[in-house]
Amino acid sequence: MNIIVLIKQVVATTNVKLNPETGTMIRDGVESILNPFDEYAIEEALRIKDKLGGKVTVVTMGPAQAKEVIRKAIGMGVDEGILVTDRALAGSDTWATAYTLSQVLKKIGDYQLIITGKQAVDGDTAQVGPEMAACLDLPMIAWVRKIEEITESTIRAQRLMDDGYDVLESPLPALISVVKEINVPRLESLKGKMRAKKHEPATWGVADLPDFDLIQVGLKGSPTRVMKTFTPQRQYNSEIIGGEPPQAAASLYQKIKAMNIVNK
Amino acid sequence: MSTNDWQDVWIYAEQRDGSLSSVSHELLGAGRKLADDLGQKLVAVLLGHQMRAAADELVAFGADKVFYLDSPAFGKFADEPYAQALTDLAREHKPSIILGGATAIGRSFIPRVAANLRTGMTADCTALEIHSEKKVLLGTRPAYGGNIMATIICEEKRPQMATVRHKVMKALERDTGRQGEVVERSLPESELTLRAKVVDVVKEIEETCNIAEADIIVTGGRGVGSKEKFQLVRDLAAAIGGAVGASRAVVDAGWVPYSHQVGQTGKTVCPKMYFALGVSGAIQHLAGMQSSDVIIAVNSNPDAEIFKVATYGIVGDISEVVPELIKQFRNGG
Ligand SMILES: Cc1cc2nc3c(=O)[nH]c(=O)nc-3n(C[C@H](O)[C@H](O)[C@H](O)COP(=O)(O)OP(=O)(O)OC[C@H]3O[C@@H](n4cnc5c(N)ncnc54)[C@H](O)[C@@H]3O)c2cc1C
Ligand SMILES: Nc1ncnc2c1ncn2[C@@H]1O[C@H](COP(=O)(O)O)[C@@H](O)[C@H]1O
Repeated sequence: MNIIVLIKQVVATTNVKLNPETGTMIRDGVESILNPFDEYAIEEALRIKDKLGGKVTVVTMGPAQAKEVIRKAIGMGVDEGILVTDRALAGSDTWATAYTLSQVLKKIGDYQLIITGKQAVDGDTAQVGPEMAACLDLPMIAWVRKIEEITESTIRAQRLMDDGYDVLESPLPALISVVKEINVPRLESLKGKMRAKKHEPATWGVADLPDFDLIQVGLKGSPTRVMKTFTPQRQYNSEIIGGEPPQAAASLYQKIKAMNIVNK
Repeated sequence: MSTNDWQDVWIYAEQRDGSLSSVSHELLGAGRKLADDLGQKLVAVLLGHQMRAAADELVAFGADKVFYLDSPAFGKFADEPYAQALTDLAREHKPSIILGGATAIGRSFIPRVAANLRTGMTADCTALEIHSEKKVLLGTRPAYGGNIMATIICEEKRPQMATVRHKVMKALERDTGRQGEVVERSLPESELTLRAKVVDVVKEIEETCNIAEADIIVTGGRGVGSKEKFQLVRDLAAAIGGAVGASRAVVDAGWVPYSHQVGQTGKTVCPKMYFALGVSGAIQHLAGMQSSDVIIAVNSNPDAEIFKVATYGIVGDISEVVPELIKQFRNGG
């Protein structure tokens, strides 16, 4: 079974701040990490490989430093990495990213399963997976919380819904996106880290992709554009209610009643 | 083709098990305003099986027109037939805007429609408006776990597509006097692609209601103490009529299933009232709940971060404060 895992390098969320004057992100000293959801995607791919054999390849599109997340994946036990990097791709939105990655997948050709994280924690869009499934005309199972059964040609998996879960069956090749509940990712092994140090991922630019339509990508090709960014302004007028627990609870109850939200 | 050839505001009317989801009504409320600003029609698209009556409901909640497509393939949600039907309908009628709910269903298949139509899409919007001069849709959404808001625009491609977060938009009052046209069509299953098929549906929410839709959420964190003591959180939720939420720490500890997790790697919620009991208020937790209308925190540490976003706070021990609160709600004060 050949499995492709799509991974992204993101900034660690806790650190993101905007420069109040320019409205741009302050990147100085901001740490970059592997998108947390993509760790679950890598782990699941490795588990499938343990069962069925085959090969796990990670693909990331980003600047040259995105190589770091490929190294992390190799450290976890992934076989190979491909870095897709090109100045023409800078500023791509989810459509342009999905288009580019689907052209990469067409070039790879021989795969049975694509796994993505639920969403990347920078943009939080969760759109790249379903958009790629459209570009590649693949069946998709989103929000997978458990793979019940997988063979070389079929998958049965649980899809997390807002009110429970659905069980779906699909032929392969297919694309799935995974949620946190699916597994506990392994740490990088010592052997893996050694391999990662030496591993040089294949690096592809747009010229390496057959039939690539440059009009679809980059800032120009992206249908959407960020018009402005701002820090959410919320006024929190916090009030601490004092007193012993029975009195505090009673006065909180009165305040809650007065808001007419609770009808008890 | 010019963008002017694309007219009207469409909403995807979501249903689950044959009943309309509350987000559909909210979308009609939001869409009505956009359509009026543009001077265009508000159209709802309903994909379902044997649910003709729901189409009239969509009119009562504000739609000028409803496309109701009936097929056995729409009985249970599957990406391919849903995306195919909405794509084909959009190609035929050329809407200017298509909105869907930012739900498990909407976020799964609506981006697929956007890619089919080679157009732009904005996920999980919390505000929508029409740019007064350009007459294009501005979708504002949180990014970076809610630390930053971004306003996204799709100027040249049509339709302009977006998913909209639950509970943010206001539904109109139901009015059976409203007039609207229902266009019904049935699609044979054989015309639709269906590879990834639903073979089973399991309702798992341990407590009574779905946290994404709840008006009141009572969340317990590690400070609740133990799996056994978590019963206090459930009891307060039951006494108030709210849903049960959880921080990641208690989900990881196995006290509550993941479907209840609020936060960056769980669900983003925006209820009218959110109780945080023994929750420290880590940034990843805040990312999922900080836009709740009213936040009430109980924590023994007066310096806990959660107090900074709380409307009301009580500094105290869960096992002393929460039983008193339960008493108050059970006895009506
Ligand atoms: C990539 C990433 C993603 C994450 N995603 C999420 C997410 O989606 N959701 C999420 O919740 N977290 C998430 N986290 C984890 C988050 O950082 C915190 O670790 C977590 O929210 C802490 O949960 P808690 O508040 O229940 O526990 P703690 O931080 O341990 O807080 C417990 C609180 O209870 C109080 N307390 C203790 N005893 C009592 C008592 N007897 N009475 C009253 N109060 C008491 C303490 O003062 C403390 O404030 C994520 C972390 C990372 C790195
Ligand atoms: N630039 C990228 N390179 C590789 N994979 C990506 C990229 N962007 C998104 N993905 C994949 O798509 C998933 C959803 O991302 P997003 O749609 O950006 O929230 C991620 O978890 C990744 O698996």
